[in-house]
Amino acid sequence: MATQATFRIWRGDPAGGTFQDYTTPVEEGMVVLDAVHRIQAQQVTDLAVRWNCKAGKCGSCSAEINGMPKLMCMTRLSDINLEMPVILEPMHAFPPIRDLVTDVSWNFRAKKTIKQFQPRSPDFPDGTWRMQQADVERVQEFRKCIECFLCQDVCHVLREHHKHDEFIGPRLLVYAAALEMHPLDTEDRVSDLRRRHNIGYCNITTCCRQVCPESITITENAIIPLKERVVDQFFDPLKQLFHIL
Amino acid sequence: MPEFQRFSYDVLVIGAGGAGLRAAIEAAATGAKVGVVCKSLLGKAHTVMAEGGIAAALANVDDRDSWRVHFADTMRGGQYLNNWRMAELHAKEAPECVRELEAWGALFDRTKDGKILQRNFGGHRYPRLAHVGDRTGLEMIRTLQDHGIHTGMEVNMECTVLSLLMDSGRVAGACGYDRERGRFHVWQEKAVVLATGGIGRAFKVTSNSWEYTGDGLALAYRVGAELQDMEFVQFHPTGMVWPISVRGILVTEGVRGEGGVLRNSEGRRFMFDDIPDLYKEQTADTEEEGWRYTQGDKNARRPPELLTRDHVARCINREVKAGRGSPHGGVFLDISWIKQHISKSEEHIKRKLPSMYHQFKQLADLDITKEPMEVGPTTHYMMGGIRVDGDSQMSTVPGLFAAGEAAAGLHGANRLGGNSLSDLVVFGRRAGRYAAEFAKSNGATVIDEQHLQSTANDALTPFERGPTGENPYQIQYDLQDKMQDLVGIVRTENEMQQALDIIAQLYKRVERVGITGNREYNNGWHTAVDVANLMIVSEAVTRAALLRKESRGAQFREDFPTKDTEWGKYNIVVKQSQDDEMQIEQRAIAPMPEELKAVIEEMK
Repeated sequence: MATQATFRIWRGDPAGGTFQDYTTPVEEGMVVLDAVHRIQAQQVTDLAVRWNCKAGKCGSCSAEINGMPKLMCMTRLSDINLEMPVILEPMHAFPPIRDLVTDVSWNFRAKKTIKQFQPRSPDFPDGTWRMQQADVERVQEFRKCIECFLCQDVCHVLREHHKHDEFIGPRLLVYAAALEMHPLDTEDRVSDLRRRHNIGYCNITTCCRQVCPESITITENAIIPLKERVVDQFFDPLKQLFHIL
Repeated sequence: MPEFQRFSYDVLVIGAGGAGLRAAIEAAATGAKVGVVCKSLLGKAHTVMAEGGIAAALANVDDRDSWRVHFADTMRGGQYLNNWRMAELHAKEAPECVRELEAWGALFDRTKDGKILQRNFGGHRYPRLAHVGDRTGLEMIRTLQDHGIHTGMEVNMECTVLSLLMDSGRVAGACGYDRERGRFHVWQEKAVVLATGGIGRAFKVTSNSWEYTGDGLALAYRVGAELQDMEFVQFHPTGMVWPISVRGILVTEGVRGEGGVLRNSEGRRFMFDDIPDLYKEQTADTEEEGWRYTQGDKNARRPPELLTRDHVARCINREVKAGRGSPHGGVFLDISWIKQHISKSEEHIKRKLPSMYHQFKQLADLDITKEPMEVGPTTHYMMGGIRVDGDSQMSTVPGLFAAGEAAAGLHGANRLGGNSLSDLVVFGRRAGRYAAEFAKSNGATVIDEQHLQSTANDALTPFERGPTGENPYQIQYDLQDKMQDLVGIVRTENEMQQALDIIAQLYKRVERVGITGNREYNNGWHTAVDVANLMIVSEAVTRAALLRKESRGAQFREDFPTKDTEWGKYNIVVKQSQDDEMQIEQRAIAPMPEELKAVIEEMK
């Protein structure tokens, strides 16, 4: 492994920015975030980076590494070609704040527009429910989400078409799926998914699934079943036929 | 003169991990206007890192369990320095708090008959930890977050709190700045809940995220609140040791709960060699019995790998020091061996410990279903913190409450795994309720404008020094290095005296800290504030550890290697004196009521 590497980091703010090169010593086992920290501590103390757990569990250090949306704490230098400068950019689908930090607050506002969990009455007088492991597991997959928003970052509806006001993106479709498929939930979000959250904008290119650090099968397990529910409720040909008759 | 953006609430919650969110939800439910201020984005707090589970005597898996057994286990684990009232309330209220999480959407793993499944953990007599694979903390924080955002609470994300403001002896608000723009804010309120977590970043090898710089403890200390049990820092026995850049990342106790065993370089299960008398009765005699225990045999006793964390950490330390460690200075933790007992063991391990599988695969290129892991102790948890009333969670400062890791009392000298997540919800709920009550029965507060301005001015002086000042990151590294070396797992008078000298020098460097760049999302600035807080808690840890001349729970003194009955009667309390010196004293533990004593006797 190389003993030093160069990182070409985007430095700027909402008004604009440029790439700057920083060279730093590297060692076996290091991840990209380690290198960024080293540069920050030794060369540019005001380099802006957002991070927390450094263990792939909190989803704070999302960025684009050589053009690929990734968690900086889980990307090992040994998996990157260090012969060339490593390009580090903030996520593109959200407004820049400074350097590698973006304003992801839209995700939190958009989440509030999804109707919250509404359980059925408890199964027993002591206020408890019974659920089978198999039913729970289906939803547990979605609840692995660490809200890193990398799926939102690659979604072309958000990234290219900037439909943030109309479309909630893959992360929040996964959230909606977790609620809709929750064994205890009684709320109906299907109409909202069609009209308010425009699930129809998703044309299942699976980019979101490919970048998910938790390997959630976003498109197949979450979005497509939700699309089917929308179709069942609104576009059932038999129902339409009865309607006409 | 610096400008402030002004906010006003009935209850201000500082910190948005499990305890903070639970407090905010409870306060909001009473109709109080609630503000939450947190250091990170919502849902990123350190609670996400909790893996093993949440301890509650639901008795779903073993019907012999009850609050009485849980209480006795917690007191035994804490070596009887616990605030017994908190241990009692915790054991009684934890089951209800777990069911509450389920009612808000949490999806725990299930038993065959569809109830919440519970797993074994160190120091718990019966399977007691409700869990979701090995990502229970994430499930919990997401549940609280998704429920909380619909309760009307106002969340101020990514803010640094600089100071608490006082009004005639009670807390009146807090001031700080938002990271994004560096604008100053003042949050006026009638009651404050501090839920800022622990101090793990005072040490070099730590499982804690960057947020854990003892902010709440330092904020409370500076306005005269008492801190307690600061000598008790828990070193988790199993953190990653290799590669070096991931050193300290937690390897859940769940690995051992599922049958993982510890071996030294000679292949010996060294934990069988040293079983403390307090636990002899409850520990397996043979490897075979230990295995049966992990697989739910009610007649078997637990393997010694599941003894309390302080003990396991010291045994690992001993093996490494004796030259029987693994290549990178740890010992071996092996779960792959269970293939001897379980067919399709690879699938089984991946299902039971998905995050661990993922973590080692991705960060260390190691398949835990096939090879043993290398593990060693890592700074994990602060038993000490803000001294609070057991029922209300109010500190010694009127209107100032604390909950979760920031508060002291529940865990005494050592915390049992799984008791932290239950701590968050039980005492978060109580703190929120009593803070809202306090706000209702006490009038509005007045902000001390002068203090506000001087705090802001002080916060900006490092910018004036610029690059000629001390580098804040370097001060933090130096502090972490020394705390690790001199006030770590094994402590002596000499080394801790040295540490105090070094801390005194570091205080001077902190006064000269310099920051470059501007106020917008400047990590250097944030670190400068954090490190000032770390200094206070590091000094408190060292002074308390020096005063306690015995070994008990998480504190191991090489110069006083045994437990001293006399010391078992006291907590150590730290407080700022009138002339800003750190005062330290022994405080007698309140006598335990007869009925609780009887419970402990009965469970012996």
